[in-house]
Amino acid sequence: MTTVALKPATMAQALTRALRDAMAADPSVHVMGEDVGTLGGVFRVTDGLAKEFGEDRCTDTPLAEAGILGTAVGMAMYGLRPVVEMQFDAFAYPAFEQLISHVARMRNRTRGAMPLPLTIRVPYGGGIGGVEHHSDSSEAYYMATPGLHVVTPATVADAYGLLRASIASDDPVVFLEPKRLYWSKDSWNPDEPRSVEPIGRAVVRRPGRSATLITYGPSVPVCLEAAEAARTEGWDLEVVDLRSLVPFDDETVAASVRRTGRAVVVHESGGYGGPGGEIAARVSERCFHHLEAPVLRVAGFDIPYPPPMLERHHLPGVDRILDAVARLQWEADN
Amino acid sequence: MTVMEQRGAYRPTPPPAWQPRTDPAPLLPDALPHRVLGTGTAARVDPDLLRRLYTELVRGRRYNTQATALTKQGRLAVYPSSTGQEACEVAAALVLEERDWLFPSYRDTLAAVARGLDPVQALTLLRGDWHTGYDPRELRIAPLCTPLATQLPHAVGLAHAARLKGDDVVALALVGDGGTSEGDFHEALNFAAVWQAPVVFLVQNNGFAISVPLDKQTAAPSLAHKAVGYGMPGRLVDGNDAAAVHEVLSDAVRHARAGGGPTLVEAVTYRIEAHTNADDATRYRGDSEVETWRAHDPIVLLEKELTERGLLDEEGILAAREAAETMAADLRARMNQDPVLDPMDLFAHVYAEPTPQLREQEARLRAELAAEADTDTAAGFEPEGGGR
Ligand SMILES: Cc1ncc(C[n+]2csc(CCOP(=O)(O)OP(=O)(O)O)c2C)c(N)n1
Repeated sequence: MTTVALKPATMAQALTRALRDAMAADPSVHVMGEDVGTLGGVFRVTDGLAKEFGEDRCTDTPLAEAGILGTAVGMAMYGLRPVVEMQFDAFAYPAFEQLISHVARMRNRTRGAMPLPLTIRVPYGGGIGGVEHHSDSSEAYYMATPGLHVVTPATVADAYGLLRASIASDDPVVFLEPKRLYWSKDSWNPDEPRSVEPIGRAVVRRPGRSATLITYGPSVPVCLEAAEAARTEGWDLEVVDLRSLVPFDDETVAASVRRTGRAVVVHESGGYGGPGGEIAARVSERCFHHLEAPVLRVAGFDIPYPPPMLERHHLPGVDRILDAVARLQWEADN
Repeated sequence: MTVMEQRGAYRPTPPPAWQPRTDPAPLLPDALPHRVLGTGTAARVDPDLLRRLYTELVRGRRYNTQATALTKQGRLAVYPSSTGQEACEVAAALVLEERDWLFPSYRDTLAAVARGLDPVQALTLLRGDWHTGYDPRELRIAPLCTPLATQLPHAVGLAHAARLKGDDVVALALVGDGGTSEGDFHEALNFAAVWQAPVVFLVQNNGFAISVPLDKQTAAPSLAHKAVGYGMPGRLVDGNDAAAVHEVLSDAVRHARAGGGPTLVEAVTYRIEAHTNADDATRYRGDSEVETWRAHDPIVLLEKELTERGLLDEEGILAAREAAETMAADLRARMNQDPVLDPMDLFAHVYAEPTPQLREQEARLRAELAAEADTDTAAGFEPEGGGR
């Protein structure tokens, strides 16, 4: 038996690899954004692409998000597959006009004649000590806009697989990259065959019998940690990683909750009007007769993202998740 | 004949007496940046003003080096240094009257400090405690603005409002070369010109937007040229020549105050340090370029002028440095104290009156903090239902 030496890569490296493989496989794939060329992006995700594929395929644009996304729309109209980088979550906002008025509805308003295959990469979320405007979780805005796919990886393998799938998609995809997982590693080996994940499938990250934690992106590792902590207390938590917020995998989620009878939705963006409300409603609609307790939400507070010195109080951590699990009124025989 | 012509819809004749609405000539910037120091024209500048600029430049430089040192000690999360650009920062602060307003961008801590803001309060954003460590109304300094160019329309609106109210107030807004590509820049300039708002835009063209050089940012002959298309004058100035920046900005402020409308000023300067302490500038520029600019240092230029004309001696130089050291020592001492933050402040200023939902969340955090205080070790998980 031969053992393959594992060369673990970070999530950022897996994303780079996905971009590189996509560009090599398809000459219509173009990467563009602020500082993506010479610098390789502020998170180095586009490192080396300008060198390998030339500045026409990996382009440092002028500093204008509306311009970046707006020109990408035109490029996609002409048959290219732009992959746009928004430098930070809150700096994508100037591009919302293009996103909402054009990107999201071009297929619909042209009755299918003009689909827009473009990918918008957005580093998002907190936990890295960023100053104001560097830690927003904007997924609710994207989810609320029909016509966009919204995906977010939590593992290194998914970062690769989902980005490849996003670029290959004939619809626009908002690809949310959890900043604080950029440097996380798992056993993904870039030299082994790499799988492309279809968009829209959730996955059970950790099987369990007693309750389901439904989560995504940066909160997945937190939920796994919470599940471990709960185990020592005798609770067997299932963790479902959504991976895709639009489309939503009702089947996987509902199947899990029907098995466990209890669910907590966990995310770091605000709870009010947040993704958890939609998810909890869907679970209640599908699993009402299986539920032993109301579906609970553990979310960030409903405040503008706080300064770094206070963010630990804002972000849902293990204790807050366990507290919610306790509120599911655990029965002694489980 | 085209279809349009056949239909008679296409009439290429120009209107009979078309005149440009504004003569572009007086709006156009000079081809070369305006200079004062070392040109023999500095004699017209008040020597006291030159000395004041000097003291502020030296203090500003020291502020930059101190703040950068604080990032290395972990006392400051991040610092975008304005070393090399101090002449712009200081002149921007000094041309304004007390009643005027300054609209800084995230790199312009120094302009705020030169306007009189407490050096520690100016750093809360970058330290990671409060987003804005001061009341903008007190010194009339808008919050240091991180999303690029978004403060520019605010400056226009404020200046416009002041004029509507009959107040004699000018707004000065700072933006980088990269920021001039944003839509907000264009919209702000257009509004300002249409409304003839008393506002001055100062672009600090320091060569780069993080890694992207100016030639990838614009194809215009200069950023000052952009003014002409909106119908306002554009002025090009040597951004390392404190006297020149002060002169051009004073003219622009006077013009705005007198009802003459906005001006766009481009100060040509250079970012000596990396974008922030977290940036690796060697990836996108060579040392020799930096060295060329070091030789054109704003402090050196002014010091030369002042000493050659006998307006500054060793003693004066030492005095300026000592004043800067005192400021730095005070900054260091105060930044080395751990800030005391109240987590309950998270909810204090979201609305004038917190929503019931926020009150619930507030109570929840209070309970968590109380529990944390009870157990010094990491709190064990005690489920309410007591299930095992
Ligand atoms: C709307 C927006 N997009 C992107 C960023 C990220 N960002 C911060 S500074 C910077 C470069 C700014 O360059 P420039 O305007 O020339 O100012 P300088 O840093 O040179 O002072 C970028 C892209 C931002 N702050 N705001």
